[in-house]
Amino acid sequence: MSEAVVQVADLTKQFDGVQAVDGISFDVSAGETVALLGANGAGKTSTLAMLLGLLLPTAGTIRVLGIDVVRERERALARVNFSSPYVELPRRLTVMQNLHVFAKLYGVARPRERARAIAADLDLEALLRRRVGSLSSGQKTRVALAKALINAPDVLFLDEPTASLDPDTGDWVRGYLEAYQHRTGCAILLASHNMGEVERLCHRVLMMRKGRIVDEGTPQALITRYGRATMEEVFLDVARGRGHDGTTEAAQ
Amino acid sequence: MTPAGATSSINRILAVVLRHIYLLRTSWPRIFELMYWPTIQMILWGFISGFFADHSSYVAQTVGVLIAAVLLWDVMFRGQLGFSMSFVEEIWSRNLINLAVSPLSPGEYLAALTTMSLLRTLLGILPAAGLAIVFYEYSIFTLGLPLVAFFSLLLVASWSLGMVVSAIILRAGEGAIGVAWITVFLIAPVSAIYYPVSSLPEWLQPVAWALPTAPVFEGMRAIVLEQTVRVDLLLHAAVADAVYLALGAGVFLWSYRTARQRGLLLQVGE
Repeated sequence: MSEAVVQVADLTKQFDGVQAVDGISFDVSAGETVALLGANGAGKTSTLAMLLGLLLPTAGTIRVLGIDVVRERERALARVNFSSPYVELPRRLTVMQNLHVFAKLYGVARPRERARAIAADLDLEALLRRRVGSLSSGQKTRVALAKALINAPDVLFLDEPTASLDPDTGDWVRGYLEAYQHRTGCAILLASHNMGEVERLCHRVLMMRKGRIVDEGTPQALITRYGRATMEEVFLDVARGRGHDGTTEAAQ
Repeated sequence: MTPAGATSSINRILAVVLRHIYLLRTSWPRIFELMYWPTIQMILWGFISGFFADHSSYVAQTVGVLIAAVLLWDVMFRGQLGFSMSFVEEIWSRNLINLAVSPLSPGEYLAALTTMSLLRTLLGILPAAGLAIVFYEYSIFTLGLPLVAFFSLLLVASWSLGMVVSAIILRAGEGAIGVAWITVFLIAPVSAIYYPVSSLPEWLQPVAWALPTAPVFEGMRAIVLEQTVRVDLLLHAAVADAVYLALGAGVFLWSYRTARQRGLLLQVGE
């Protein structure tokens, strides 16, 4: 691990009096994969959205690659990318047209060549002329990943990267992400509800509850600390307000 | 901005334009829709003006007035719709977030939407203008150079409206898309499209003159009826355009910032 490429300090977001994110701070280093875990409404999506400049923080600072995301959003975004199964690519455009458009948007040199190269890397060559709307979920996920890697990002934000995929395709995507990170050294920050995925991919986990980071560590360290056998059990402990010392939130 | 920065900016604008050209190329219903209304309007008003030509000494001398008005009003309508619908396409395709997390700035996005508005307007208007020559032996191109000014002034006016409409949709969500189709008709009665401003009630005339559209249509009639190029009207419209364009851009950028404050970009499509 090397220098921090994502630096978040005292990040806060309030919506009409509701504290969605409550003064969280964390770093992500180059070459590191970090998971944001938490139950629905814990603040993961709001945190990712603020890191991507989709949501303005109420307070706190976000620096990505040393760039203040709130003040110089576009400069930071040129070097990061994002993929989510809940965000689609234009369905009537072919895979090649989509990749070409996004390569140009991200200022990639020789956009067509880059689109073909990333398509080959993700085993999408046979689909290049197919419309995105005609693809299966697994194929769409790979195309979305190709879009997310089109600019060879230094930081990759992923929201549930293998949601709704069959186990075989999910395993393929996880394997690809591992190999890609090993090859490029990019940092990955992901939100996921798949604990097997988190155990396999992530160097570090940030456990969120009610907008706060309530615990963090490597998956193995968290499993040991909570005296559990899997990350899934740790997740349930945190989501239900049980601390690693066995106390409940009400008792605390 | 450095030259390299300007080139990057232009490339990003062209990328969004390319995305819409790809869409139009593969969708004949969209192309058909672009050409349908201007052509139908032109045919309808062509017959009406033909009837007037036979029954009215006033219009008998000026058969082209109504067709020119129809075609120019369609520049306004198509321009605003071309702007707003290019924005709506991103909502329909759930692609707005992909654009919002890219290095594309809101200003560049507005520039891309105005470019698409120009292309979509030309696609709609040019076939109708050609058919007017074939059907009614009336060529709007006989207006000469002032036609370029009328076209440009109305197109810029349509962008102002398109920005406000897009801001409303961004704020209110997909349920407000119908606004894109109806807003332009709010200003139609006071735009003096088919009748002079002087025929409006006196209290309404200042409203008409505060818009960029009324001076354009008055200018068009001055050419067709009096063979006079009214530079004062063109300047009047240009000043109004500048004011409304700044207002439109301001409303859109404010709405975009509010959407980022309230998390509305995350809910786009709902």
